[in-house]
Amino acid sequence: MKERFERRSNSKVLWPVVLVSIAMFGIGFALVPLYDVFCELTGLNGKVKSEAQAEAGFRVDQARWVTVEFVTTVNGEMPLGFRVETTKLKVHPGEYQTVKFFGTNQSDRTLVGRAIPSIAPGWATQFLKKTECFCFSEQTFEPQKEREMPVRFVIDPALPESVADVTLSYTFFDITEKQQ
Amino acid sequence: MSVTAIHDDHHDHGPTKGFMRWVTTTNHKDIGTLYLVFSLAMFMVGGAMALVIRAELFEPGMQFVDPLFFNSMTTLHALIMVFGAVMPAFAGLANWMIPMMIGSPDMALPRLNNWSFWLLPFAAVMLVSTLFMDGGAAAAGWTLYPPLSLQAGASFPFTIFTIHILGISSIMAAINIIVTILNMRAPGMTLMKMPLFVWTWLITAFLLIAIMPVFAGAVTMLLTDKFFGTSFFNAAGGGDPVLYQHLFWFFGHPEVYVLILPSFGIVSQIIPTFARKPLFGYSSMVYATASIGFLSFVVWAHHQYTVGMPVEGELYFTYATMLIAVPTGVKVFNWMSTMWQGAMTFEAPMLWAIAFVVLFTMGGFTGLMMAISPADLQYHDTYFIVAHFHYVLVSGAVFAIIAAVYYWLPKWTGVMYDERLANLHFWLTTISVNVCFFPQHFLGLAGMPRRIPDYALQFAEFNAWSSVGAFVFGFSQLILCYIVVKSMRGEGEKATDEVWEGASEHGLEWQLPSPAPYHTWEHSPHIH
Ligand code: HEM
Ligand SMILES: [Cu+2]
Repeated sequence: MKERFERRSNSKVLWPVVLVSIAMFGIGFALVPLYDVFCELTGLNGKVKSEAQAEAGFRVDQARWVTVEFVTTVNGEMPLGFRVETTKLKVHPGEYQTVKFFGTNQSDRTLVGRAIPSIAPGWATQFLKKTECFCFSEQTFEPQKEREMPVRFVIDPALPESVADVTLSYTFFDITEKQQ
Repeated sequence: MSVTAIHDDHHDHGPTKGFMRWVTTTNHKDIGTLYLVFSLAMFMVGGAMALVIRAELFEPGMQFVDPLFFNSMTTLHALIMVFGAVMPAFAGLANWMIPMMIGSPDMALPRLNNWSFWLLPFAAVMLVSTLFMDGGAAAAGWTLYPPLSLQAGASFPFTIFTIHILGISSIMAAINIIVTILNMRAPGMTLMKMPLFVWTWLITAFLLIAIMPVFAGAVTMLLTDKFFGTSFFNAAGGGDPVLYQHLFWFFGHPEVYVLILPSFGIVSQIIPTFARKPLFGYSSMVYATASIGFLSFVVWAHHQYTVGMPVEGELYFTYATMLIAVPTGVKVFNWMSTMWQGAMTFEAPMLWAIAFVVLFTMGGFTGLMMAISPADLQYHDTYFIVAHFHYVLVSGAVFAIIAAVYYWLPKWTGVMYDERLANLHFWLTTISVNVCFFPQHFLGLAGMPRRIPDYALQFAEFNAWSSVGAFVFGFSQLILCYIVVKSMRGEGEKATDEVWEGASEHGLEWQLPSPAPYHTWEHSPHIH
């Protein structure tokens, strides 16, 4: 014997499924801040805090040396000469140091740039603390002029023993056009 | 719950005549046919692009195309094969088979069904048209990583818009499939009685509604970064290009399972039929599929071992990825056990299904090698990856689709295909696919990067082999086209209702006449 096909209403199943699809579109966007929160909590990805930290009195660990290397990069075709006075510095954890960076505008127009810091290895990020840095705000360079930009930092003595080298790198991005 | 009876006064009416039948149809079999024909056409277009790539790589040096066009070919080839060939083929099979397999007269949402198909040809035309735009088509690879992808010319917004349309189409198809499976089963067809093809598609459809919107969001962010001054992925504005990779692979890894789970379903239908035994370990197959679906969401960063993750991250993603091999292994074990001591015959569908099991497993093994992050640092972005995903996608997904076509073609058209030609097609394809992709393992291990139009001399020999294999493979598919066209014209020996000996024990579709009438199961079948 055959039964006639009887159909229940589809909407009870349909709407929840439609809502899930729409919600997932939202979650895609929500992942952007979540990802930042995650990086901040874990210090992954070498994402560096962009505010200055107050100078704290660490106990200087005279017995230990950490090599800090500096890398300077200019993104794209920005006409900026960007260098650092020394590419390598041996420091004791807990000891404050100042390094001078220099930016030379090689063009005839005013340049506005933004430096993005990055620290390798990523898990050392939270132990390199800066009290002064040109990366906290945008930098203006007058035509054909050189500017000195000091960075003051300290290595937190809590830096894991296994880390003997830390690289601090800056990339300058041209944001002149975005400013106008 | 509201209960409505479908009117059945004139259930013998057939399709309307002429071209408009195909434009306005809401019949699941018509739409299934449209999807499958579209998919075959795209398979040929994408295949032609692959042959451009392999022609250029036949010898070191630059012979035929310039590097930008070469990169457009790799990008469009991948996008077309994934979104134009494999996914629509599965959607076509779902449309044809799911209602017939669960005893339902049609899909739950027939008009939505029509729309989700008809978006596809427009998306495809738009994508191919970007080749003729200023600055050429997208050339940053199918993953569209910024900042490189943002440097595209006039084609950029069109590429993104194409992806939006394709995404909407597959979300709609997935919604339709979920509602159909959950709501339209014949009385007595409990979830744990459903054929595995239906089960794997149900899980695939859930994956699709979870990931396609995230992908749509990620490419929308690319679009606003390029045109509206946002900085999601722009470091100068405080964004991070690596964020895109996380978003993409949150979509991308489950997506590769969207491309393989329905294949698992197909093979789980075919092997029992030709081994003349019930499927071994039915419920473990269902649970294995579900756990693969779940795990696919938590392993995405195995595509990003080289971005500079902390050791803990590398370890986590290594172990989680290797865990996926467990349910996958369960499936392979079950297929082999189904064949064990079965009264096997080797008609074309079975040949393709067995080749699937062997070759897909090889792709799984290379996957395991790359899952080990310290090893993957060397394999990443080399031809080893290319070999891996072609073993799982060509001799995996595509082989399963071809197996399905041979398996159900007599049910669709009412005539048997030519078994001798089908055998020729099988052997040419299976040999050439290995000649094409096996040497790529060696190329990758020796350090040849992927996505390059020219290469160092020491790679010449393996590349020549690979190109020869690719051309034989490509032209062998003309046999498939010939067989399909011939069957569609009704030429060939008349098929019985059961088609394959004993098949009626393996699924409701074999209890229907061949060819399947325009309307089926208007009266629910009886399920024991
Ligand atoms: C045991 C199962 C699998 C494992 C462990 C695995 C593992 C991996 C890993 C680690 C990568 C990244 C390699 C790299 O870029 O360095 C990869 C790439 C890839 N896999 Fe798999 N895989 C598996 C199965 C599959 C399946 C079933 C498919 C599709 C049907 C697939 C498709 C791909 C694709 C398309 C890529 C390359 C993506 C790209 O970079 O363009 N894999 N796989
Ligand atoms: Cu993956």
